[in-house]
Amino acid sequence: MTTQPRMILPAGQRAPVLSMQSVDKTFNGNVVALQRMSLTVNEGDFISLLGPSGCGKSTALRLIAGLMRPTLGRITWEGGQGADDLGVVFQEATLMPWTTVAKNVWLPFRLRGQSFAQVKDRIEEVLALVGLEKFANAYPRELSGGMKMRVSIARALVTNPRLILMDEPFAALDEITRQRLNDDLLNLKARTGATVIFVTHSVFESVFLSDRILVMAARPGRIIREIAVDAPYPRGIDWRTSPEYAQIARETSDTLMSTLAPEETH
Amino acid sequence: MSATEQALGRGKTENTAMVDIDELAFARKKRVEAIAKWVLPILVLSLSVWIWDRIVVVNAIPHYVLPRPGLVLQTLVDDWHTLYPSLLVTLQITLMALAVAIIGGVGLAVLFTQSKLAEMSFSPFAVILQVTPIVAIAPLIFIYIENRMVGLLLCAWIVAFFPILANTSLGLKSADHNLRDLMLIYKASRWQRLRYLQLPSALPYFLGGLRIAGGLALIGAVVAEYVAGTGGIGSGLAFRILEAGYRLNIPRMFAALLLIALTGVVIFAITTAISHFALRKWHESALKRE
Repeated sequence: MTTQPRMILPAGQRAPVLSMQSVDKTFNGNVVALQRMSLTVNEGDFISLLGPSGCGKSTALRLIAGLMRPTLGRITWEGGQGADDLGVVFQEATLMPWTTVAKNVWLPFRLRGQSFAQVKDRIEEVLALVGLEKFANAYPRELSGGMKMRVSIARALVTNPRLILMDEPFAALDEITRQRLNDDLLNLKARTGATVIFVTHSVFESVFLSDRILVMAARPGRIIREIAVDAPYPRGIDWRTSPEYAQIARETSDTLMSTLAPEETH
Repeated sequence: MSATEQALGRGKTENTAMVDIDELAFARKKRVEAIAKWVLPILVLSLSVWIWDRIVVVNAIPHYVLPRPGLVLQTLVDDWHTLYPSLLVTLQITLMALAVAIIGGVGLAVLFTQSKLAEMSFSPFAVILQVTPIVAIAPLIFIYIENRMVGLLLCAWIVAFFPILANTSLGLKSADHNLRDLMLIYKASRWQRLRYLQLPSALPYFLGGLRIAGGLALIGAVVAEYVAGTGGIGSGLAFRILEAGYRLNIPRMFAALLLIALTGVVIFAITTAISHFALRKWHESALKRE
């Protein structure tokens, strides 16, 4: 089975995929992790949730993933959530060490009762997409950190989900690997038309990758500003070194710093 | 061939300065260790047996107090027709107890992880069974259970099942949290989560428990036989030791003891090998470090 890549339309013409309406999440009745978060995710968006630790960005991701339920507000999938609609990449590669790369990527299908033979072509296709076609039969321990993360991304992509959630996926990698994976991620996005929500605490990463940056603040966790990054894809080294990039990074950084100001006066 | 040896080989053939003194010393140390690993234990064991023999000869100790090692071996051969059936009996009880311990231990561990209520209800019983010495429980068991074989089996099982239960429970609970989240996100059923995540995660722990349980099953079988005594149908190796003791047939006691010890070693070797082959592809414990 092969899947046709989705077309990415210009911002403004994109159909909504998922929306969060005034979502609150309160833990133990008094810890407000997330306050009145509203967000419409459109098909083809690359959204970064950027903020300091404790700003609720991971909570937001867990809510969208359905791992917990909002205290108030609603999260709705356009047309309902199907079985294959969501792919997730965690901060660690989160692979099963006891089985091969290909079998790891098979997992989402396996849980739907599809045999390996049935989806072998799709698994090979997606492994080729992340550049690991030669490692299908390798065990995770034989791979480097960056390669493991590629397997994790392949697993998230394999069902061609409507939305991919990435929770600081490259935070544990070295800078060189991280930049390569950033480049490759944009490539993948261009080729698959995936919609991505990307959690990060790196200003530069968010500006490089996304077309929408949601800057978040802590205590209580909330979105304080949305910054649009209009630069066209594909983006590469030219974008990383352009004045516009520097300017948006500056603006994003200032916004982020403004959220930290009250804490410094403590 | 290790990287070091490759470097060495290249250094020799191309006659380049690929190898420094440290590397040479390291390579030599590895060679010595590889040989010593096999030679040393054999040497020390042989030496101990030889000293045993000398002590008996020099002090003229009579064979009904301490037999010479040669006599023990001779007895083993001569009495093989009585010892061999006994070995089979002990082995049968041990292996059956181990099999039931695996089924019971893994079964209970799975039940405990599937139901918190079951764990709360039954885990204290498992602990009580474990902490009470088997020699204290065994006489009661033989009062209430008519069939000696079943009684022996029950004793050996009580001793052997706990390490499997404890280790497998720990393993089932130690599945990676992110993988568990992933299972939730992909809406895996309870059975799928058990089959694809928890059981494979628990495998190394289970195999660790199996190695302990293998030895304990043998100990349980032997201890139970002692408690059951000579009055029953008993004809295992422990019974032979008791019987030989009453007849002051010390060489036969040693011969039976030797068989029990060898059985224990073989069980350990087999469970270790199983563990190695099951984990060699992926688990840290079975991987060779470069």
